Amino acid sequence: MMPLALAQLPVQTPDIDWAGLLPVLLPAAGSLVLLMVRSLVPSRWLPAAADAVWTFAVAVAGVVAVAVLWQRGGEVRAFEGQLVMDQMALFVAAVVLGAVALAAPTLPRYCRRVGVASAELCVLILLAASGAVVMAGAADLIVLFLGLETMSIAAYVMAALNLRRLESLEAGLKYFVLGAFSTAFLLFGIALVYGATGTTSLGGIAAYLDTYIVLRDGMLLAGMAMLLVGLGFKVAAAPFHAWAPDVYVGAPTPVTALMASAVKAAGFAALIRVFVEALEVRADDWRPAVFALACATLAVGSVGAAVQSDAKRILAYSSVSHAGFILVGIQAASDEGVAAVLFYVAAYAVIAVGSFTVLSALSGSQDDRTSLDSLSGLGTRRPALALALTVLLLAQAGVPFTSGFVAKFSVVAAAVDAESYALAIVAMVSAVVAAYAYLRMVVAMYFHDAEPEPEAEAVPPTIGLGTGAVIVAAILFTVAMGVVPGLLESLSSTAAGL
Amino acid sequence: MVTVRKGGLLVGAVASASFPAVLTVLVLVPVAGALVLLAMPRTRPDLLKPVALAASTVSAALAVWVLAEFDTGAASVFQFWQQHEWIAGWGVSWQVGVDGLSLFLVVMTALIFPLAIVGVDAEHSPKPYYAWMLVLEAGCLGTFVALDLVMFFVFFEIVLVPMYFLIGGWGHGQRAYAATKFFLFTMFGSALMLVAIVALAFLHASAAGDDVTFDLTAIAESQVLATDTARWLFLAFALAFAVKVPLFPVHTWLPDAHTNAPTAGSVILAAVMLKLGTYGLVRFGLYLFPEASVYFAPLMVTLGVIGIIYGAIAAAMQRDLKRLVAYSSVAHLGFIVIGTFALNTEGLTGGVLQMVNHGVSTGALFLLVGMIYERRHTREIAELGGLQKPAPKLAAVFLVVMLSSVGLPGLNGFVGELLVLLGAFNAHRWWAVAAAAGVILAAVYLLWAYQRVFHGPASGANAEMPDLRWREGLVMAPFIVAIVFMGVYPKPVIERIEPAVDAIIAHVEDNVAGFAEPAANVHPPVTLKDLATTDSTHHGHGDDHHTDDDGDSDGHQNGDNGHHSGEDHDSDSGNGHGGDGNGDSRSGNDHGEDGR
Repeated sequence: MMPLALAQLPVQTPDIDWAGLLPVLLPAAGSLVLLMVRSLVPSRWLPAAADAVWTFAVAVAGVVAVAVLWQRGGEVRAFEGQLVMDQMALFVAAVVLGAVALAAPTLPRYCRRVGVASAELCVLILLAASGAVVMAGAADLIVLFLGLETMSIAAYVMAALNLRRLESLEAGLKYFVLGAFSTAFLLFGIALVYGATGTTSLGGIAAYLDTYIVLRDGMLLAGMAMLLVGLGFKVAAAPFHAWAPDVYVGAPTPVTALMASAVKAAGFAALIRVFVEALEVRADDWRPAVFALACATLAVGSVGAAVQSDAKRILAYSSVSHAGFILVGIQAASDEGVAAVLFYVAAYAVIAVGSFTVLSALSGSQDDRTSLDSLSGLGTRRPALALALTVLLLAQAGVPFTSGFVAKFSVVAAAVDAESYALAIVAMVSAVVAAYAYLRMVVAMYFHDAEPEPEAEAVPPTIGLGTGAVIVAAILFTVAMGVVPGLLESLSSTAAGL
Repeated sequence: MVTVRKGGLLVGAVASASFPAVLTVLVLVPVAGALVLLAMPRTRPDLLKPVALAASTVSAALAVWVLAEFDTGAASVFQFWQQHEWIAGWGVSWQVGVDGLSLFLVVMTALIFPLAIVGVDAEHSPKPYYAWMLVLEAGCLGTFVALDLVMFFVFFEIVLVPMYFLIGGWGHGQRAYAATKFFLFTMFGSALMLVAIVALAFLHASAAGDDVTFDLTAIAESQVLATDTARWLFLAFALAFAVKVPLFPVHTWLPDAHTNAPTAGSVILAAVMLKLGTYGLVRFGLYLFPEASVYFAPLMVTLGVIGIIYGAIAAAMQRDLKRLVAYSSVAHLGFIVIGTFALNTEGLTGGVLQMVNHGVSTGALFLLVGMIYERRHTREIAELGGLQKPAPKLAAVFLVVMLSSVGLPGLNGFVGELLVLLGAFNAHRWWAVAAAAGVILAAVYLLWAYQRVFHGPASGANAEMPDLRWREGLVMAPFIVAIVFMGVYPKPVIERIEPAVDAIIAHVEDNVAGFAEPAANVHPPVTLKDLATTDSTHHGHGDDHHTDDDGDSDGHQNGDNGHHSGEDHDSDSGNGHGGDGNGDSRSGNDHGEDGR
């Protein structure tokens, strides 16, 4: 009886614009295809670089899909409006997939040198990317959680993928334990916000808060606080940053590059979705918290960077300090702030991938030769690499004519526009402190005499075509967006709805 | 056609030059030169220096052309003006122009760079050395011609990078420490300025009900900010400039940077980069924040006087010749600051003139110290002595340059210092007296140093020291010519600076209630025109005060400021000095029609 009745009913399938979901589907499908192929096809049939080439191709296809969708305009809502590919989601998707495409060409050489399994790495990278894009397009807290978990679990494994290195295993474990802990906060926050507003849909939450005044708002506030903790962990905002330095240092360097770029971009997209968009009405409640978070992150990141003696650790702390800068844009709680955040995320993603790629090229077969001393005399030993790292470091310091300057300018402008003068000043002062850290690396490279390289650990004389192309591309982008920032600026403004 | 601009409106075209983009090209030529250097083959290191020299010489030639084409009668408006969209979404534009304030700084900068490049060889790694020098030149020139706040900031900040690498890479002693200290000090100063720039633009936009713009002239001429706000913003700007100048409490980077920098680095640092601070105080201090400048003038003058006395005493105590010259810069820059914040025509004209003078004199002094160091490999005054005997030509050149730095009448330093002291005396009498003591102290430490280095018996290596070579002589010759010319006949310089200074002072008067250009009560007041001519008739100007007829030497008397206060001033402020009304009254009679 039942089957018959079902068969006679017209089947109501949701009308889904699959083309609009390509930025999510491409990396996810790419990941699964790669997993299947590598499981079924003997390794010797495939060239060594096949995994990386596939990852690169999928990511580029994703970027192209984003560009086409961007041109098409409008927004794609799928799954009953739980996933929304609007301009902002597309922008972040482009950053995520662009970062993957930028990091992929470095993988073959890295994996061969360090002995990391490239198939697993590439599968996980694409999986994490699809999770990150889902986060950017989430219109529902549950979808947000799904994306975040997809991305995070892949990232936990990636961090531990260098099996021969204890620090890598430590990084994976640390990232996993603390990450799971913070996810619990996030879930609890979702539950509390649901309890307070009766919905998990971000649009629904905004509409509810817009319509009703929540008089007993303890549950809502607690939920917001927990959401902030959970997402603050993902973007490594102090005081939830403690995992970041160890994980960044321990993880395989290309993975670190992606954590600093793609993972961070997705985290900030989620912060924008949840706080700037859904909880906009309660901005007066969460802005002071983000203010404090931003100040702490800036201070911890820049001071932490200034006192390190390992280049990778300096960049890890500096990544925390950049998160502080981006939080300054979030704190503005305005469209200008969102535009600034998006610009910063895009600019920093490229800088981060470029910087970590240079470090990776220098870090030796154990991926651990990254102390400041090992940079000594790089200016004479490897002038091109030293110059590349210098440009990227100056961009991180916010020197004019680099995208880093424009990014800092835009978040400071957003903060000033929102009359958060104190935060703008804190940000600029901590930029000076962070500059000290970058200058220490420059000093080591140029103003110290070269230290003789240990024979066994000698850095290979060439860095490979892929790595070289990545570094050149990162520098070209960084300088071009510093000299003529108009293009990226107009894209990020459009994405922010300006 | 040379485009000029004032008060937010184009006021027409003066002269018939055919190269509107000259300032942009002036800035970009060194950048192009640096890129060419980077692309040059490793096999021809001998070509690096000629290429660098060629690039900087092209810039110098363009600057001289600008000087020649500069319309003296319209010295108070921005000439060779050009504007392009840069970051349209934020209201940031590429906007350049020169007026009487920046003209000579641009010319001096463009001329000193080729001299520094030809005069000092890179000790090692010539390719990056010359490339950084050219980037530095572009940065300095860009700062002086920028008329957009963000563009100014960008150039103001970018100069740190090449100088950092020059000090750290080619310096001596604790070069890494000195370079890092220099970078961080200056960056800290400008960090707050960036916040202030953005705040200024946004507050201006919301108060004026306009789109956000970073256009210097538009913001400065509208003056819509609340008094307190403007004062805070002024402090943020002033901090950035005070570090660069450097003023007393934030000067400590300077001796380290100067001492450890390579010779060319010290020359550029002293001659050009310190002027970024003093120029900023005028263009982005007085002009943007007239009320706050008046309010904080006593503070700034006090810091200037402290700098003069402190710099002089510290210089006298130095055992290192280069460090001595470095501290003398602290003292000399103090003069420029008190001249600027005397807020009258004499003081400010003297200040601007002194920026050029100090550049010439101290640049030359550092070159000479570098030559001595190159020969003797020491800068310890105690280890030198009697150098006059083996090197009479060097000693003679050193003497002239040093006396110009002391302020000997007939040489350039005298004119500027006298004007500064005149202005300061009219505004802050006792501070001027204290500053004048600094002049004496300057004579003490410089003459004493000269005596110890060049007089007395020459022994050991000192007796063998080679004299000035012909190439070094050629490098020094332009400095000597400038020193003597500007000392004997400063009129061509002053008549171009003064209209711009008058415009700034009038801008301050118009925008600050109850402020009148401080002047002495004595009659007839001493004015700067008395320097150039004995015919100093005094006549009032009615509404059209400060009009300068093409530098006609007795055209007007600035000290005679009775008409600035009272009804003349009030009636004048009705149509104000903003807009084209300003352009009319400033651009000189010859061009009054163009203004409409």
